[in-house]
Amino acid sequence: MEWETVIGLEIHVQLKTQSKIFSGAAVDFGQEPNTNACAVDLALPGTLPVLNKAVIEMAVQFGLALNAEIGYRSVFERKNYFYPDLPKGYQTTQLDEPIVGQAKVKIELEDGSEKTIRLHHAHLEEDAGKSLHEDFAGKSGIDLNRAGTALIEIVSEPDMRSAEEAVAFLKKIHSIVTYLGISDGEMSQGSMRCDANVSVRPLGQEEYGTRAEIKNINSFRFVERAIGVEVERQIDLITDGGTVVQETRLYDSDKNETRPMRSKEVANDYRYFPCPDLLPVELEESYVQSLKESLPELPDAKKKRFCSDYGLSSYDAGLLTQERPVADYFEEVATECKDAKLAANWINGELSAQLNKEDLEISNSPLVAKTLGQLITRVVDGTISGKQAKQLFETLWTEGGEVNQTIEAEGLKQVSDSGAIEELVNQVIAENPQQVENFRSAPEEKQKKMFGFFVGQVMKLSQGQANPAEVNKILKVKL
Amino acid sequence: MALTPDDVAKLAELARLSIDSNHVESTTQSVSSILHLVDQLKQVDTKDVSALAHPLDITQRLRADEVSELNQRDEFQKIAPEVENGLYLVPRVVE
Amino acid sequence: MFNKSIREILDDLAKGEYSSREITKSLLERIKALDPDLNSFITLTEENALASAEAADKARSGGEIGSLCGVPIAHKDIFCTQGVRTSCGSKMLDNFISPYDAHLVQSMAKAGVVSLGKTNMDEFAMGSSNETSFYGPVKNPWDTERVPGGSSGGSAAAVAARLVPGATATDTGGSIRQPASLCGVTGLKPTYGRVSRYGMIAFASSLDQAGPIARTAEDCALLLEAMAGFDSNDSTCIDRDVPQYSASLDNDISGLRIGLPKQYFNGDTNSEVGKLVDQALTALEQAGAKLIEVDLPHVELAIPTYYVVAPAECSTNLSRFDGVRYGHRCENPADLEDLYSRSRGEGFGDEVKRRILVGTYVLSAGFYDAYYRQAQKIRRLIQQDFVSAFDQVDLIASPSALSTAFKMGEKSGDPVEMYQEDLYTIPANLAGLPAMSVPCGLMNNLPVGMQFVGRHFEEGLMLNTAHQYQKRTNWHELSPEKFGGQG
Repeated sequence: MEWETVIGLEIHVQLKTQSKIFSGAAVDFGQEPNTNACAVDLALPGTLPVLNKAVIEMAVQFGLALNAEIGYRSVFERKNYFYPDLPKGYQTTQLDEPIVGQAKVKIELEDGSEKTIRLHHAHLEEDAGKSLHEDFAGKSGIDLNRAGTALIEIVSEPDMRSAEEAVAFLKKIHSIVTYLGISDGEMSQGSMRCDANVSVRPLGQEEYGTRAEIKNINSFRFVERAIGVEVERQIDLITDGGTVVQETRLYDSDKNETRPMRSKEVANDYRYFPCPDLLPVELEESYVQSLKESLPELPDAKKKRFCSDYGLSSYDAGLLTQERPVADYFEEVATECKDAKLAANWINGELSAQLNKEDLEISNSPLVAKTLGQLITRVVDGTISGKQAKQLFETLWTEGGEVNQTIEAEGLKQVSDSGAIEELVNQVIAENPQQVENFRSAPEEKQKKMFGFFVGQVMKLSQGQANPAEVNKILKVKL
Repeated sequence: MALTPDDVAKLAELARLSIDSNHVESTTQSVSSILHLVDQLKQVDTKDVSALAHPLDITQRLRADEVSELNQRDEFQKIAPEVENGLYLVPRVVE
Repeated sequence: MFNKSIREILDDLAKGEYSSREITKSLLERIKALDPDLNSFITLTEENALASAEAADKARSGGEIGSLCGVPIAHKDIFCTQGVRTSCGSKMLDNFISPYDAHLVQSMAKAGVVSLGKTNMDEFAMGSSNETSFYGPVKNPWDTERVPGGSSGGSAAAVAARLVPGATATDTGGSIRQPASLCGVTGLKPTYGRVSRYGMIAFASSLDQAGPIARTAEDCALLLEAMAGFDSNDSTCIDRDVPQYSASLDNDISGLRIGLPKQYFNGDTNSEVGKLVDQALTALEQAGAKLIEVDLPHVELAIPTYYVVAPAECSTNLSRFDGVRYGHRCENPADLEDLYSRSRGEGFGDEVKRRILVGTYVLSAGFYDAYYRQAQKIRRLIQQDFVSAFDQVDLIASPSALSTAFKMGEKSGDPVEMYQEDLYTIPANLAGLPAMSVPCGLMNNLPVGMQFVGRHFEEGLMLNTAHQYQKRTNWHELSPEKFGGQG
């Protein structure tokens, strides 16, 4: 039987504010436990929430960036449940009247095809604290520094049909929140977290299958893998005559499997109701308009501009605009070297490979944009060959340094002087009489192939420093 | 609405309230009598009436995004039942 | 010295008749001597009181001072007071030393009051008789076999027994007005949003409001001036200037239109209480007020509406008391669930548990619309009734309570019967309106109160009317014989 996978995502994004959503405590990670938990965050008796203006601004920007419906009136509700990392015994969140409504989000897949994923809504809420389980003799330690950090939860419709689509959607959201600067989007740090609702159904069946929710997946790669193994698990289960149960599961990246969360699934009744300590948030049309006007250039627009202004292919422009730091890096390199296509090739090729290999972000690249731009400039003006450029790149990557000085120091200058090259060509012709004979007697179409041999010999003789274009030119004449 | 002791036990579980076994009967009775009191609301026609959540018709005021609270952990933890290394301790949380 | 109003104390302090330290010391002695019979205080803060009295005396000799500089008062134990136990009448918070001051406590300290201690109350302000307090019931100074009303029974009893000239209190469904009525003192619940709720331990957030209890309307005006005002820490607190209520007390009330809801004055109010209220209304008529019948068609639904809204809000407001960060924690919890349910089960008394259970029920899946949403809709209808009535009248009058103080234990067996106590007071909370209770007579030597309800933010007119009434009568001057009064 052929199966179809159905995926919906819930993405929690921590907003990059100075203070918490409902209190004046600092949002600052990596501090001593509970030092950033103020009276409101600790839910001391009598304390009350007051909403942070920046949180509303960021949520509206997010909505505008997706061209979503904006909740001109939104309401905070209490979601009631007991957990030690939830000091009030309820989470303040939004339900019926969220700040961001429906939207259509376009994603692009690797084969270049596009697909639209519907956004159900996005709402604001507060983050919980953390429970630590080590070293307390059978007890858990509670750190409430994170409690009250502003989150926007983005809820998609179950519109994705493969892990690849899910990752593309997640990347799209990541790209938008980082472009807007409303989150640092670090999945490994937990500032962006993803829950995936996964189900399978026989291809062609209309009703959805029973879904399992995989919680808190913390990297793009794991999202792909977790969905992959969960789909396999569900199909195997059904094929073996079993049924999928609706439950919450965790992805174990070490074992590459999902398993049910250990806590017993108590049928919870969250008893949502409008929080009486907070009032409805109402937005003025003019306020929303002013935020709309001050939106930065977003990935889709940037991609379009890269294609038209720099003459890049849609594929290259797509890669370069996914993350804003990459796009900014590209523009700096292109400005420096004045050859946008070469800049794109270097960034999407050599640079990206090295960054991946060493698991680095572009912002931490040992080669800053200006340096890469200067390197490409030397290629364009013929000072160094492509091969030398790669050598130079590696030196700069590992040892640092300035482009022109390194070219001097490493003796990487390409030989373009025709007299010197002519000497080398003469030497090669003299040392390979048989090959010269063969070449001269061969028909034209065969000569093309044989020509490469002579180029190779000359280059070898020059220790790679001869300008290949010049070598070609002189060889043609001499042969 | 008359509740059974079972209903009350479920509510108590949801609300995390232990109730002495010899109190269950009387609690069931008193909670039922309160629900009986409020049941008369069901008779009222409220079609086209909008719910009133706040007595005043005002909207949420917004606070500037500024850090106003300093670390007071020591003060706050003086009144805590059990802390270690700055953490609040609870029986092990199972995930 | 103990029988002085706040107005008189301020005048005496200004004239140097005695110092704040002297009156503070004398009241502390009086409390220590008499309160064992009343139980109106949970905590006496003698040292703090003397220190702040001395500071007040010093300030007074130095120039600029707050409006209540050196005046001794007491705070209901629902307000967080830094460094002082803030129990809310509950075992749950018996060990809770608040690390911060409530906004109201701060603003009153700024005005210069000297707090003598924390007054007793129904547990988490849930009760109408003060019998639900973990610290034992408060007794009514007029008859110590009887209740003082609740939940601010400690504040009302302390003022009635002349232990303090004024006290802070809170009112969610009548918790200022009903005990004021039963103890023969004056109490005011301001407009919702007039006084900050920050640091006032929440019972039902959309109904709770802090206000003063004192002997006279004038003293209530002075206290309210100090407690009212904007607080950026409370989203529901209104940014609106605080009028000088004490400056408009002498305004002429002729032409004032007082509404009498026909639902309350329907002829069966033949009781003694009704007669006393009628007499009071006649006195107001003589002062120039006009009495006009008004219709509040949904007011009879106020009690059931309240007993959905208040428990719903309290059931989640009280979730924070979980034995993790402060407050009562059970011994040796077996696991997390045990920690929660036993800490809460042991820490909360029966009435609190009952309301948490009712609140949990009305919010739970499948019942929310039928109960909670329906109650919020009826709340709208009740509020609209008041809006229409206030088109015709300036104030609405009624008895404050069903009857005079009842015997301890008389109603504590039946919660629903106890809930009827707040019949006249609850509607103002649902509609967020200001309301006050003024003593208007004695029945078998027990006080009876009359209630005024005003338009939003019209505390001034209410206080003006009450003051005019008090100028013409002396019910507010009576105090229980046993406590040195003229009653």
